[in-house]
Amino acid sequence: MEPLVKHEGKVVCMNRVNVDTDQIIPKQFLKRIERDGFGEFLFYDWRYEPNGNPRPSFELNTERAQGASILLADANFGCGSSREHAVWALQDYGFRVVIAPSIADIFFNNCFKNGVLPIVIDQQVRNELAQSHERGEWERMTVNLADQVLETDHGQRIAFDVDSHKKYMLMNGLDDIGLTLQYQAEIEAYEAKRKAYQFVY
Amino acid sequence: MGKTLFQKIWDAHVVKQLEDGQALLYIDLHLVHEVTSPQAFAGLRFANRSVRQPTQTYATMDHNVPTVNPSDVRDAIAKKQIETLMENCRDFNVSLADLDSPHQGIVHVIGPELGLTLPGKTIVCGDSHTSTHGAFGALAFGIGTSEVEHVLATQCLWQTHPKTMRVQLNGSLKPGITAKDVILGLIAKYGVNFGTGHVIEYAGTLIPSLSMEQRMTICNMSIEFGARAGLIAPDETTIEYVKGRAHAPQGEAWEAAVAEWKELRSDADAQFDVDIVFDIDDLEPQVTWGTNPGQGGSVNGFVPNPADAKSDVERRAIAQALEYMGLEPGTRISDIPIQHVFIGSCTNARIEDLRLAAAVVKGRKVADGVHAMVVPGSKQVKQQAEAEGLDKIFKEAGFEWREPGCSMCLGMNPDIIPAGERSASTSNRNFEGRQGRGARTHLVSPAMAAAAAIAGHFVDVRTFEVEGVTA
Repeated sequence: MEPLVKHEGKVVCMNRVNVDTDQIIPKQFLKRIERDGFGEFLFYDWRYEPNGNPRPSFELNTERAQGASILLADANFGCGSSREHAVWALQDYGFRVVIAPSIADIFFNNCFKNGVLPIVIDQQVRNELAQSHERGEWERMTVNLADQVLETDHGQRIAFDVDSHKKYMLMNGLDDIGLTLQYQAEIEAYEAKRKAYQFVY
Repeated sequence: MGKTLFQKIWDAHVVKQLEDGQALLYIDLHLVHEVTSPQAFAGLRFANRSVRQPTQTYATMDHNVPTVNPSDVRDAIAKKQIETLMENCRDFNVSLADLDSPHQGIVHVIGPELGLTLPGKTIVCGDSHTSTHGAFGALAFGIGTSEVEHVLATQCLWQTHPKTMRVQLNGSLKPGITAKDVILGLIAKYGVNFGTGHVIEYAGTLIPSLSMEQRMTICNMSIEFGARAGLIAPDETTIEYVKGRAHAPQGEAWEAAVAEWKELRSDADAQFDVDIVFDIDDLEPQVTWGTNPGQGGSVNGFVPNPADAKSDVERRAIAQALEYMGLEPGTRISDIPIQHVFIGSCTNARIEDLRLAAAVVKGRKVADGVHAMVVPGSKQVKQQAEAEGLDKIFKEAGFEWREPGCSMCLGMNPDIIPAGERSASTSNRNFEGRQGRGARTHLVSPAMAAAAAIAGHFVDVRTFEVEGVTA
């Protein structure tokens, strides 16, 4: 996994609540057995007309959004299906950071497994950021995971919380399985004292 | 201070607690299906790892499966995904209920049916509706594919301690009101992200009267409430359901397990982070009008007006939903015509659901211009329904009677609804494009879906005379 310590990039705003993972990556693209190449299908039904032409009004299709790597989303982002394909699509498209006032649990966890940093900030702060972005007051943001602070290119600084374990894993690009296997002895000890109904087959 | 049911299960499964708050949790049962597992098995192969506990892992295929002739998978990419699951299960010694197995079906239907789902277990699956299994007093939640790989390799999962919520469901189910109406009503009242970050325990005076299948319907849609998981303390109904099932413990192991399970309840003085009461005595049959499961209300209500929204965010959300759904504010819900009826999914495709729907359609005909289908949740459900003659009732009424799978709940197989057409669906999500690009989904109970099929539009099932059965 690619580590993330500090990321500087262009921001795109999405002013929609309850964006579910069916929108992020529609079901017709879940049949592939590979992990890569999902970026071209990101937000497919919103991004393209039924005839395959880009829908000009969609947030990611504006000229200003080209090259964005930070998504400023709204409440309950990533709700619905557990499909990790949603994160694979965002990451493959080029996003490294998703910022929202609330983020659905499974999607939130899936982000960390793929080198994408999900950040939860206050709703009011989010709205003000979106408004000043819309007014053209700023374009880019630096996300400093080490110091847990965001800074826009017009100088607004916002501190954020992050779970210390997830932060450590992401900053070092570590694989969870590798960490877990260090606790092999504990797992074996646990298995030795399991109740029959936990594993009787 | 006492412990919650959730806390008791959690504590019994912590393998290692780290100081930074992460707990390594032991997973008793890992359910696997074809869509979210291929990349996980590929990861194991790449790292030369094996499945740690193949006998605590159980796979089936459900999402992609065609429901007319399941073995005739014409979509080459879907076929490859199904074959990949077969190959992975063979190579890693994982039990698989394949298309030829009498046990194949929707993963959340077959787990309980086979006695794999048991009280007190930790259960995961790469599918958000894993919350279904919480109905047994198990801690069950959906995970992503990276976590699927992690559980395959280690039989454990790193977790941060969630918050707890108790939802007290008080009252009783009146005729025509189902468990589906309870959960839809709850989500409509509180919103789709009310449960985010929480594990819910459903309690209250309603619970003891509910069958296991009704409990599963409620726990199933915990995810639509935003929750990590939903669970219900096991009782005699639970134990009676589990007893004698294929993978349930037998003999002495059974007695020991039952003794354990009787302790699985929240202590009287246990504290929850959030505690709410939802009164269901006045609940009416629910129909969603929007594009998330919280955008709904009574069948006797009206499509809302965005102008009446309490906030700007809500106004935009309603306006966007109505545009997609092709609905005008103020339209009576019961005046909305439908072209499709889908009775199926991990929410509502069990035998009691089919009985309920059959009781409504018996001796009646599907309205002109309506395409209606029943997709049983599993081979066993299908077999039972046929033994009871339910298939005949449906077919005589003009329904299609299909083979088991997820089907039109998410339309990964050929069962999709054309753009602009409208369905009454017993599934769990009315997201844009969920049942097909441009398709308009209204979530309802099996009884309400059946009534809509007959009427050609939504109708309060309580006004239907139903022979011998209170819906």
